[in-house]
Amino acid sequence: MSTFVNTDPNAFRGVWVFCEQREGELNPTDFELLSEGRKLADDLGVELCGLLLGDDVEGLAKELGGYGADRVYVCQDPRLAHYTTDAYTKVICDVVMDKKPEIVLIGATNIGRDLGPRCAARLHTGLTADCTHLDVDVAKYKEFLKSTSTLDVDGMKFDENDRGLKMTRPAFGGHLMATIICPRFRPQMSTVRPGVMKCAPFDQARADACVVELCPVSLDVSDLRTRVLEVVKEAKTAVDLIGAEVVVSVGHGISKDVKRGLELAQALADTLHGVVGASRAAVDAGWLSADHQVGQTGKTVRPRIYIALGISGAIQHKAGMQDSECIIAVNSNPDAPIFEAADYGIVGDLFQVAPLMVECARGN
Amino acid sequence: MKFIVCVKQVPDTSGKVAVKADGTMDRASMATITNPDDLNAVEAALALKDANPEAKVVLVSMGPPPAAGMLRELLAMGCDEAVLVSGREFGGSDTFATSQILAAAIAHLGLEDDDIIFCGRQAIDGDTAQVGPQIAEKLNIPQVSYAADLTLRGNTLTVKRMLEDGYMTIQTHTPCLVTCIKELNTPRYMTVRGILECDQKPYTVYDYETLKDEPLIEPDTIGLKGSPTNVYKSFSPPVKGAGVMLEGCGKETVEQLFAALAEKHII
Repeated sequence: MSTFVNTDPNAFRGVWVFCEQREGELNPTDFELLSEGRKLADDLGVELCGLLLGDDVEGLAKELGGYGADRVYVCQDPRLAHYTTDAYTKVICDVVMDKKPEIVLIGATNIGRDLGPRCAARLHTGLTADCTHLDVDVAKYKEFLKSTSTLDVDGMKFDENDRGLKMTRPAFGGHLMATIICPRFRPQMSTVRPGVMKCAPFDQARADACVVELCPVSLDVSDLRTRVLEVVKEAKTAVDLIGAEVVVSVGHGISKDVKRGLELAQALADTLHGVVGASRAAVDAGWLSADHQVGQTGKTVRPRIYIALGISGAIQHKAGMQDSECIIAVNSNPDAPIFEAADYGIVGDLFQVAPLMVECARGN
Repeated sequence: MKFIVCVKQVPDTSGKVAVKADGTMDRASMATITNPDDLNAVEAALALKDANPEAKVVLVSMGPPPAAGMLRELLAMGCDEAVLVSGREFGGSDTFATSQILAAAIAHLGLEDDDIIFCGRQAIDGDTAQVGPQIAEKLNIPQVSYAADLTLRGNTLTVKRMLEDGYMTIQTHTPCLVTCIKELNTPRYMTVRGILECDQKPYTVYDYETLKDEPLIEPDTIGLKGSPTNVYKSFSPPVKGAGVMLEGCGKETVEQLFAALAEKHII
């Protein structure tokens, strides 16, 4: 049998958020995770700490305080300027085992999804990917279950003193929701996708009160087995799906005239000051690039208005847009599952309906 | 020189999904496919073999016995050998325990200095993207995830690693693990010759007995018991309150829609 050093839950205290920066710029997901982490820390009665790695990044720490961090641990070293799996994993695992937080949250960015599993494997603990809801408080978790499931919550037994992290995520492409726990090992780790958690407003008083603590960095040549030759920012017109107020998405329904379908979606998006999104079908067909994709394997959006044109509404797609404030669906098939998620549904040919929508939107 | 490819057979969640009365997915009644990203991993290995004909491409998959059908298809694409890791002791594994077992299987195969392990970025049934990096950690080798391009010169591997807003060019050395995305390549098809030859190619099943002496295999690091994470509750996703289906699809209908949006201050 194996021996483990991280099985005593009482030895681990505090909620941490790994705060990602690229080229000295904090990632908006950091603020979302800190806002969520703040609630968890308050429920537990513990500190919320940011963990910031990079080269000469101390100056960024106070801003993290403005979104809820009581304390920010900063690990700075020229060898941490660019993200590398080896260096970041080593430094993070060292600090985690030194300070022993009970919860570590990581943004599910391309970097977080490389780093999280590596750290969890080294720490010998669980990692739950792409969580959409987090609870520590049992009463709040029960409320959550009551409002989102058909489970007989009052008829179920709960340990009211349980302070473990209950991590809820879509499973099987969104067909099922699962709450995952990590009862035997610490820290409890989860990744959360960008755009999923709501960001609290910046609080200057909190930023001023935030304690910035530098941590020693110990790296050895043998710790660094990859070398970053260059970092290239692509000058493409970035689609800011996650930050958009209005998203007009197209799906398989535009197949009979793709060019016209895309023009209509763009025109409608332009009129409503929004951006164009796409279903997996539209991206797989090559009509739009992958950064337009909304859904379980694409991006999670929660705009004010989401318009689905010719999207059948596979559960993968719904998983990425169902929290939008107002969903409008246009589809020629009255049985399309997208209508189950829609606030307003129109059964009809998008090539006829969308131009009318552009016209109406211009009139407003 | 070996190119080891980790592959997974997954339910085809793009089609109609069958749900059992208890709310869990009825896997038995669903069509299965090779996980899409894994096909890009297979192609990456086969393309490197084209340039290095002395190399072998070895498939490793963990799953129940029906995964043999998938492995046969991949052998028909041109892979040389296949290993199916299968046993009831391995059941119920989370990503941590799964990577522990797959790493043990790779250690059992023998990981040499000029070997590369390829994985798909993520599987469409779990979408976690965790098993690849965790295998690399357990084998103590470097990893590069989200590979969109790669070149191998000697034992130096240069990879274009995608970020949301661009990419990094990363250099590393074999042995290492690479996770592949669909931008990397276009998977080839099976050939007639491949189909004729696939049944003659080495095909091995590793069960618990095969792997039990590997240092990574302990009763408390594999299967349900060895999984740090457990499912606490599962339930069907919330169904939104019924929306309004508007009558018709003409100008009046659209005007009615915009009037409703304006009234609710949505527009």
